[in-house]
Amino acid sequence: MKKISTPYLLLLPGFAFLFTFFILPIVNLAQVSTQTPIEGGDTGEFKQTLRFSNYVDAFLDSREQFGRSLVYALVATLIALAIAYPLAYGLAFKAGRFKNILLVLVVAPFFVSFLLRTVAWKQILGENGFVVPTLRSLGILSESTTITSTAFAVITGMAYNFLPFMTLPLYASIDRIDPRTLEASGDLYANGFTTFRKVTLPLSMPGVVAGTLLTFIPAAGDYVNAEILGGPNNTMVGNVIQSRFLVSDYPATSSISFILMAAILVIVTIYIRKAGTDEVV
Amino acid sequence: MGESANSARGDLKLTRITKSYGDFTAVDDFSLTIPEGSFFALLGPSGCGKTTTLRMIAGLEEPTVGSIHLGSTDITTTKPYQRPINTVFQNYALFPHLTIFENIAFGLRRRGIKGVDEAVNKVLNLVELPHLAQRKPTQLSGGQQQRIALARAIVNRPALLLLDEPLGALDLKLRRQMQIELKWIQKEVGLTFVHVTHDQEEAMTMADTIAVMNEGKIEQMGSPADLYDNPETAFVANFLGQSNLIKGSLVGTDGDSLIADLFGQKISLPRNRSHAVDSSIVAGIRPEKFRISLLQTPTSGNVLSGGKIEDVSYIGVSTQYQVMMPWGQELMVFEQNDDGVAPFQIGDGVNISWEPIFTFALRGDEDVEAGTEVMPEDLDEE
Repeated sequence: MKKISTPYLLLLPGFAFLFTFFILPIVNLAQVSTQTPIEGGDTGEFKQTLRFSNYVDAFLDSREQFGRSLVYALVATLIALAIAYPLAYGLAFKAGRFKNILLVLVVAPFFVSFLLRTVAWKQILGENGFVVPTLRSLGILSESTTITSTAFAVITGMAYNFLPFMTLPLYASIDRIDPRTLEASGDLYANGFTTFRKVTLPLSMPGVVAGTLLTFIPAAGDYVNAEILGGPNNTMVGNVIQSRFLVSDYPATSSISFILMAAILVIVTIYIRKAGTDEVV
Repeated sequence: MGESANSARGDLKLTRITKSYGDFTAVDDFSLTIPEGSFFALLGPSGCGKTTTLRMIAGLEEPTVGSIHLGSTDITTTKPYQRPINTVFQNYALFPHLTIFENIAFGLRRRGIKGVDEAVNKVLNLVELPHLAQRKPTQLSGGQQQRIALARAIVNRPALLLLDEPLGALDLKLRRQMQIELKWIQKEVGLTFVHVTHDQEEAMTMADTIAVMNEGKIEQMGSPADLYDNPETAFVANFLGQSNLIKGSLVGTDGDSLIADLFGQKISLPRNRSHAVDSSIVAGIRPEKFRISLLQTPTSGNVLSGGKIEDVSYIGVSTQYQVMMPWGQELMVFEQNDDGVAPFQIGDGVNISWEPIFTFALRGDEDVEAGTEVMPEDLDEE
């Protein structure tokens, strides 16, 4: 018997895992997505009829949620970027000996489960939290207005939950910037703002791209934040998938999932092309 | 302010500059004038304050006390981007995301200069790398990056070009070649160069004027030949090349010469090379100025007799001897290998002689070890 070389043997467990838990389910999902209910059958009994218009139906039924998912995810990503960039910059260049402690603090929310953090966010923004009474006593929020069950709650919840995913890649790429290139920029007649625009930002683009993807992709498919923090007017695609799944409408669930995957794939591809990470070392 | 500082020209004048970081004084009451158009070197060991001085000139640090003038313009607190001064950074600090062309054009573009192509191409030709314009810095060798860093600075025609250990990262052979090229480029463009280095050979090869720095102060300033032939302190005598320093005392005069007693043996030295303040001196002679002869051979000039060869090292162009003197001091002697044989053996009894004019005298209280413990080769980059 010909000896199989070691690298292939080492790849085998990974391939086996991916095949079992990624390829097979995807194929199964694709297969279910074109099925139709068996006439006279029980709920959840389907047969393959290759009905591709399942996709059209699914999209038309949930296009509002699709739009909302993409917009919410985009806004949450931008908020997270706006918060994380200065944070990562400070960590990389200004934190000095506190760098490691502060990095641990950035990751600290991960010690609490995603669900619990979202519930905590609901408490903070809820009627009994300190935010709403404070804003009301300052006259910024009227007595009848609430924060939970709004788009604001859902979007800030996502920005909050995914902030570490934005901060860490940004930190990694900003930390790699040689501070002497920033000095060189100042030496070559660029003021602080121009130095940021022409040197710091382009050199941190790999982190910006990685961070925004790591935030946008899970945010677009998220349903926990909308479920816990949102109201009936804030449902996202994830909520549709969940609700269809609970009533055993598997073909609709599968086709919506595929549309979401395709949409994210297209957006990410265009984004990476535009952001052009290959220009950055 | 920006405009007037940016167009400033003339001599650079540092007046009573002090820079402290907490308790540590990096630069201590430092004054210096660098004439326009000169190639000036700040030479000293690691931690002597030379890089701090350079950063203050560039505007990357602000002096704690004192002022910096360029011509008649006070630039002490002017921002770096408002100074007509450019720096060739240690390790170059090229922008990794820009092409070589854009790296060089960076300063021109920031000043809003239109049509940068001609200036950039001209300077690329000057450093002989026009074919690399569209590459990225990481695709270049160390020597090429060094030249691009230089091109990026000189394309701006600054009043002052600062070079911070620019050759430190290059290997020895390339370093020697770049020294000659830098010197040539400085003549070609006619800019004032201020070069910071810990490599005394580099400073001597390139600079018109060298300021030797130690512990935040200038030890001595002058032309390379001045510093080498007529050092004023033991630190300079030891840091620039090597020196034999022998304790003694002045015992008389003879016209323009002084007579000194070194452990019972009389020598003479030129009066204008004595920096002694009283009769106690340290006499200094460079190792290559010494001649060795066997005890019986007649000699002229200054003679120290009663030596014994302790060690012989054949170096190729020269042979280096360690000679033990009767008072227990080892002297270094470099003899040119121009007669085909190394005539002296370990254990030979010898006299050491030299021309009196090659003697210098330092103050008697100088620490003869100063500057010897810092061998340039051992230094890390600051």
